[in-house]
Amino acid sequence: MAPSLDEMIQMYRKMLEIRRFEEAIADLYHRGEVPSSAHLYIGQEAVAVGVCSALRRDDYVLTTHRGHAHNIAKGVSMRRLAAEILGKATGLCKGKGGSMRASSLADGVVYACPIVGSNIPIAAGVGLSIKLRGTDQVVACFFGEGASNIGDFHEGINLAALWRLPVLYVCENNLYALSVSQRRSTLVEDIASRASAYGIPGVVVDGNDVLAVYEAARRAVEDARGGRGPTLIECKTYRWLGHHAGDPGFAYRPKEEVEAWRERCPIKRFRRVLLSRGVTEEELASVEEEVEEAVRDAMDFALESPYPGPEELLRDVY
Amino acid sequence: MSMVEALREALAEEMRRDSSVIVMGEDVGVLGGIYRVTQGLLEEFGPERVRDTPISEEAFMGAAIGAAVTGLRPVVEIMYADFLANCMNQIVNFAAKMRYCSGGQLRVPVVVRTMVGHGRGHGGDHSQVPMTWFMNIPGLRLVAPSTPYDAKGLLKTAIRDDSPVLFFEPHLLYRVRGPVPEEEYTIPFGRADIKRRGEDVTIVAVSAMVPRAVEAHERLREEGITAEVIDPRTLNPLDIETIVESVKRTNRLITVEYSPKTGGVGAEIAALVVERAFDYLDAPIIRVAAPDVPVPVSPPLGRMTVPTVEEIVEAVEALL
Repeated sequence: MAPSLDEMIQMYRKMLEIRRFEEAIADLYHRGEVPSSAHLYIGQEAVAVGVCSALRRDDYVLTTHRGHAHNIAKGVSMRRLAAEILGKATGLCKGKGGSMRASSLADGVVYACPIVGSNIPIAAGVGLSIKLRGTDQVVACFFGEGASNIGDFHEGINLAALWRLPVLYVCENNLYALSVSQRRSTLVEDIASRASAYGIPGVVVDGNDVLAVYEAARRAVEDARGGRGPTLIECKTYRWLGHHAGDPGFAYRPKEEVEAWRERCPIKRFRRVLLSRGVTEEELASVEEEVEEAVRDAMDFALESPYPGPEELLRDVY
Repeated sequence: MSMVEALREALAEEMRRDSSVIVMGEDVGVLGGIYRVTQGLLEEFGPERVRDTPISEEAFMGAAIGAAVTGLRPVVEIMYADFLANCMNQIVNFAAKMRYCSGGQLRVPVVVRTMVGHGRGHGGDHSQVPMTWFMNIPGLRLVAPSTPYDAKGLLKTAIRDDSPVLFFEPHLLYRVRGPVPEEEYTIPFGRADIKRRGEDVTIVAVSAMVPRAVEAHERLREEGITAEVIDPRTLNPLDIETIVESVKRTNRLITVEYSPKTGGVGAEIAALVVERAFDYLDAPIIRVAAPDVPVPVSPPLGRMTVPTVEEIVEAVEALL
């Protein structure tokens, strides 16, 4: 079941929001406004949007250090997200979590786990709570291919599989774990092939094709809601920029490789699809303009927001 | 009843009272736990709420955390406290920090029950008393009961608390019996128990060292020395006021624990007492603790890693 044209325009808007948001954060980073590192998602937008578009508002997401996009795709306020990244009092986490932990439980983004792979068992537990509470929610857990060699991946997926928990394990394979390419860390070609070790389906999709990601996620959601347990979805994609905003990203990757992936821009590609389905240039241009404005507004809000006062330091420990 | 039975009662009562309380860990279901603390829970509450897990501490600890932040109250059993090392990441980087780093959005009501200080030839990686590993991790509550009564009342409080709680059960005291009332009760965190009153020296003893300190009190009394014996019961929050108030009367302090001495509970308590009652001290503070070695298997060596009543008595005599 494909999304409606309106839903597709909405997906385009979300992808563009992520792109523009990350560009604006990169800009603020280089101006010294971001107090932490910032791991940007540019190039991977089809994954967050494809998966989150297949979720309901009350479904859960667990993200990572590269998690701005999942927040935006799940409908979190860009204003409060930007404020969090800048460490401001108006941020999602009152500025205490920052870029790598920005999350909003009210929107279903439970937490961003900045230690690679740690969200995989935690997602199993969210699935367990869904199961025991008897709701038909699901949880989508995002991680990179770099996470697939840590114990948490194997232990966590085994547990979710064993207990048939409603979890989507979404591997965003952007080919590099910081500077180490998949080839230099892992002998298997497809991370999804590891699913067979846990007795669950593993699916490989083109992670730059938002509709393909959406379709894979939709099927996995259907299985999860139906009590048939987790799916491991591997989305093949690429991070255009460095590991974080301060890393040019060329010390360990050939320029030609980066250029080749930039040619396969998921947003331009989806734009062409929309035009071919009858959406007009004018409609898309107006979406693009609205997104620019919304991102500008979010950054202004974040910049103008105050930092938390000293009374916040000792709050929320227990 | 024994501490094992008291813990079992606490779990069963809380599971009856609140359907969001679940139990999971290695061998806690069909077998009822290798120490039998969870015996009978599977039969009463069923396999959804009483879950045997794979040998996969990092996974089920993480799962407990994920369940806790979305509405359940998991009680996890870590068979040996040594195995906390296998899930240190989930405890330290997530359970302890998610509330703070989410700006208060998340609550993490997880209880981690674990057995400390096996004390019988299980060797270096199956004998530790690692409360102190966690004493400088803000966000965790640390509970160390020494009687069946305290074990039951504190476990019920732990299950109802919204913060992650590490609950250290002393193997040496699992089968020791003590009175537990029929009626419902809980024990608040952060309230030390003065086990014996005394005027000459304050002995702060932790976990399985509490009955040894009490016995030392009895022996010292025969020599005309009265030792005040305090069991802090929880190390976070730590009832330092009760300890300081006692030291202001006795002017002497001995701490007793069976973790290695360096960076131990005694070190922290000594520092706090020096900060708050330096002028009241008439003698150096003595820390009776395990030597800084892994626990050896050979019985005569192994015994030397657990402080004895004699060592406590000698420490007092050296002070006076």
